[in-house]
Amino acid sequence: MKPAPFRYIAARSLDEALAAKVQHGEDARFLAGGQSLVPAMNFRLAQPTVLIDINALAELGGVRRDAHAIRIGALTRYYQLEADAHVAAHQKLLGEALPHIAHPQIRNRGTLGGNLAHADPASEMPALVLTLGGRLRAKSATGERWIAADDFFVGALTTALAPDELLAEIELPNLPARTGTCFMEVARRRGDFALMGVAATVTLDPDGRCLETRLGYCGAGDRPLLATEAAASLVGGNVTASDIDAAATLAQRAIDPSGNQHAAIGYQRHLAGVLTRRTLQSALLRARQSAGHA
Amino acid sequence: MSNERHTIVVTVNGQRYAREVESRLLLSDFIRHDLLLAGTHVGCEHGVCGACTVQLDGLPVRSCLMFAAQADGHEIRTVEALASPQDEFHPLQQAMHDAHGLQCGYCTPGILMTMTAFLDAHPSPSEPGVREALSGNLCRCTGYQHIVDAVLLAAERMRGAR
Amino acid sequence: MTTRYFGAPVKRNEDRRLLTGQALFVDDVELPGLLHAALLRSQVAHARIKSIDVSAARQRPGVVAVYTAEDLGAYWQPGPLLVPPPPIAGIVFNQRCQVPLAKDKIRHVGEPVAIVIADSRYIAEDALADIVLDLEPLPVVVDLEKALKDNSARVHDDVRGNVAAHVRQTKGNYAQAAAKADHIIRRRFTYDHGASQPIETRGVVAKWDGRANQLTVWDTTQAPVFIRNGLAGMLGLSERQVRVIAPFVGGGFGPKIMMFYPEEVLVPWIAMQLDRPVKWIEDRLEHFFATSHERSQIHDAEIALTKDGRILGVRDVFLHDTGAYDPYGLTVPINSQCTLLGPYVIPHYDSTFTAVFTNLPIVTPYRGAGRQHGVFVIERLMDIAARELGIDRAEIRRLNLIPKDAFPYDNEIIYQDFAPLGYDSGDFEPILDKALAAIGYDEFVRGGQARLREQGRHVGIGVACYVEGTGIGPYEGAKVQVQANGKVSLATGIGTQGQGHFTSFAQIAADQLGVDVRNVDVVTGDTDQFYWGAGTFASRGAVVAGNAVNEASLVVRRKILKLASEHFECAEEDLEIANGEVSIVGVPGRSVRLGELAVKANPMRGAVKPGTEPGLEATAYFGPPGGTTAAGVHAMMIEVDPETLTLEILKYVVVHDCGTVINPLILAGQSHGGVAQGIGNAFYEHLMYDTQGQLLNASLADYLLPTALEVPRMILDHTVTPSPLNPLGIKGAGEAGAIPGGALFAQAIEDALGLAQKGVELREIPLSPNRLWELLNPDAAALGEASPS
Repeated sequence: MKPAPFRYIAARSLDEALAAKVQHGEDARFLAGGQSLVPAMNFRLAQPTVLIDINALAELGGVRRDAHAIRIGALTRYYQLEADAHVAAHQKLLGEALPHIAHPQIRNRGTLGGNLAHADPASEMPALVLTLGGRLRAKSATGERWIAADDFFVGALTTALAPDELLAEIELPNLPARTGTCFMEVARRRGDFALMGVAATVTLDPDGRCLETRLGYCGAGDRPLLATEAAASLVGGNVTASDIDAAATLAQRAIDPSGNQHAAIGYQRHLAGVLTRRTLQSALLRARQSAGHA
Repeated sequence: MSNERHTIVVTVNGQRYAREVESRLLLSDFIRHDLLLAGTHVGCEHGVCGACTVQLDGLPVRSCLMFAAQADGHEIRTVEALASPQDEFHPLQQAMHDAHGLQCGYCTPGILMTMTAFLDAHPSPSEPGVREALSGNLCRCTGYQHIVDAVLLAAERMRGAR
Repeated sequence: MTTRYFGAPVKRNEDRRLLTGQALFVDDVELPGLLHAALLRSQVAHARIKSIDVSAARQRPGVVAVYTAEDLGAYWQPGPLLVPPPPIAGIVFNQRCQVPLAKDKIRHVGEPVAIVIADSRYIAEDALADIVLDLEPLPVVVDLEKALKDNSARVHDDVRGNVAAHVRQTKGNYAQAAAKADHIIRRRFTYDHGASQPIETRGVVAKWDGRANQLTVWDTTQAPVFIRNGLAGMLGLSERQVRVIAPFVGGGFGPKIMMFYPEEVLVPWIAMQLDRPVKWIEDRLEHFFATSHERSQIHDAEIALTKDGRILGVRDVFLHDTGAYDPYGLTVPINSQCTLLGPYVIPHYDSTFTAVFTNLPIVTPYRGAGRQHGVFVIERLMDIAARELGIDRAEIRRLNLIPKDAFPYDNEIIYQDFAPLGYDSGDFEPILDKALAAIGYDEFVRGGQARLREQGRHVGIGVACYVEGTGIGPYEGAKVQVQANGKVSLATGIGTQGQGHFTSFAQIAADQLGVDVRNVDVVTGDTDQFYWGAGTFASRGAVVAGNAVNEASLVVRRKILKLASEHFECAEEDLEIANGEVSIVGVPGRSVRLGELAVKANPMRGAVKPGTEPGLEATAYFGPPGGTTAAGVHAMMIEVDPETLTLEILKYVVVHDCGTVINPLILAGQSHGGVAQGIGNAFYEHLMYDTQGQLLNASLADYLLPTALEVPRMILDHTVTPSPLNPLGIKGAGEAGAIPGGALFAQAIEDALGLAQKGVELREIPLSPNRLWELLNPDAAALGEASPS
């Protein structure tokens, strides 16, 4: 299991990396943490002819927070997210999902941007960024643009990034007050890809009624999915157990899992129902706690 | 296609090596077959088994998921560096011996490189914490129990020595 | 003899090398001019080869040679039959052994078709893509029942119905017994494929030294002596010209004793052809196809009982998937057939199996080697019987245990070692009692489970019994030598893959020779160090080689005492050996170091007396008259999430009797490791083949080996019933931990979820949350929402 030959370019600056991508086009791949790309290359499933290593680009790292959002450099590694005070304090959903991502050695190397650009539909982070209403900054030699997470994930292993673009930064808006979040997944072993994973956010108004809910899914289709109808069904009321059951049923219908060796489609759909209920219950409880209604 | 080569300078176990490598040479192969530090083992070459774990700038990583060219300018530590030059075991090596934490020993170097870093960061680990940290290293012989025992034993001894 | 070490938790002699990264594994062998091999493996399971064009591969820079079956000439031969069929009346056995490279026909995915030799493994893999293979696809044989039909495609063109073997063994008269039964239970049980997946894959390095006329082969084999003998025969060399070294081997668990793997045949021959050393290291992807695996069987079993739960007899008819070839004979299905009888009195038994060729990789023993299938069938039958007869499941087992005064116990059928299946010794009831007590069985069934259920927790217990025939012949040997420096050198022919032989054998010798266990240097797996041996398999290393070490050490001990008595001019009875010296009892200061005696025994001048030998050395062999029978009970408490159907093991108890124990630390490790593999086998690991013989999950990301988070802390306990079949009283222990896992999971899950009340029985292994969901929701599963496989 040795990779096919390729040309290796260790980019010393973002400009250099972007220029190299323009030059080599679709045959070139950016190399970030490499924790998905290199196994694929070792199996010779991926055979890029040029690798542009961006690991030395400090401008792609770091987590910053302002009044509106947390901004995460694409090259931020999982272990750095796990240790980050901003994330721990303000994006607990991320913190809850990170331990489910592979194993410590992978998290020491794997990057958030690399994971999102890889866009594996069973992966946790795309579903989380989608659920949190994040947006992604793409840079190219000619400029940059922001892409909403809704538009970023196009299909299995496919994103809206153009061939000359690099994912540079991820922005996650701050959660509103009185918001609770929860992430749960079922995997065969801890660290495996989710057979089904659900992220839920519940925001309450000062009277304890549901202002907004978001439900995001991994392992549920060819890309991370939102169950918007199910989430909307909860808005406006004091969420009851039967409301949650009804939302879970809606969510089960909204997703489109394809089944795999470890989970039949029906089992995945079943799990989606179970996890939707559980994450909503937990997110609701947390929202009530944060609102002082617990 | 290109078989181009790169000159890299890597510090491994405190020693500086300048070598010419092909772009695609895996770091695991470089360590084992170019530097002849064969204590780092290869089990799957797709990042699951953990046998090839080395410390890159202090952090345990899979050496099968990196190219040697990427190690240019970095510092690597392998199992060969754990015991003192006087051949005294690292406390975790000693505890693995005392608790019978290895059988065939093939996964052991990767486990040592993962768990010595873990112990540095977590001087008073719990058993679930140890198991979580160990979960990226597959062992087919021991059922993990004696490895977990060894890590807890090493932690206790290292705390005592502080 | 003082037993300072025997039975003590001695820390392992081999650890230092392994812990410091200094132990030699096959891939660590580096030689000047080393070439690297990669094999082109078939992507399809069944096809006729129309043509192979390797010309482009040969042209690639860095490629030194490419060989196909054609290029091997007369060297191309099907492999030898490793284990011939046992002497059972009426047996049918069709020998079809694997070939070095497929010639006319491909019979499984991954079967090698060509081998590339290049300057690096990287280039060798590049060249594989240059080879053009023209194939005519053939219908694929995967389903065991369909394979037997006359109109099925044939894996081997001349074997009708794909029958590899047909064997019937009987004890008593089941039909008559069943006629008198109060209750008969009939069920179908299935067991699907799993693999041993040692963390070190296989590998072969070969070096031909033309000046010395010597071939050296480093091989990850569990049986170096047989590899040496076979290679010498194939290559036209004398056995003395071939040295096979199985250095440190990174786990074996059975498949590394299979031989001859194609690479073991090809790499040494190519090294001689090219006069260059050649290395082949199996990668993990190849390992899924190129290394043998185990365990697909379908059992139609029936048990006849009295209404109070006594077994009158069992009838079992089963199909065994042997894969594309059957070089390992019938060891696996015979083990299934024999081990089904378990620790129970089963007066009448009628067991028939058909081994079936399929277009899947070869099936040979993997830890347990068919035993878990037999245990699964009988233990599930016992559970169902308990339920249908309204008897507690522990009690129905107790009721049927072979009583302790019934040993040696004759089961009247033939075992894998060709000897009658006799249990040498045993006392099963205390094992069961200890296991039940440790898991808290009584409290659990008398209210504990119900109370947990009221709290919404779905907790269940499984209890499974087994016996394991271990420590079989034919023989092993050992050479023990006291050296001039006073250290002891010990060599044996078996290979070692982590079982602690460097320590357990040293313990035996150290006790006999009065030396520190750290001063016994053990060599295993090097044919130049010890000529004879069979190999490490069937939980036999400690039993057979351990006793050989004891015998050889005893002879050396007698030589030491004789020489020392001459030295001191005293009677041997007045001497004692301890701390590396011989001294006269009660006479302080009168002692001689063993090293001095070793020098005396090999003088530079003078004469060694007629009738004596130089040196303090002896070689001895031990061949047991029959296998020893180890036994055990495992108990497991689990909690199942009734919605997600995932589970957590809350408690796992192993109570085992493997006779006298050489080293409890090593034994515990063997038990732990076996249990972990049993857990994997039962609930995580599953080689999933589709109808075209394609493996759907050929990576460690999808073939799920248990991690430290899936394997629980285990509670171990032992009873000791020494074996009368060897002087040390040892029985084997290597495989036991892995054997009852399937039975345990099925029972515990049924118990936790109350499946009996829902009319669901778990009669298959492996299980998984998904499979449980399918069994619980047959309608949804049938609506096209089931697994793609």
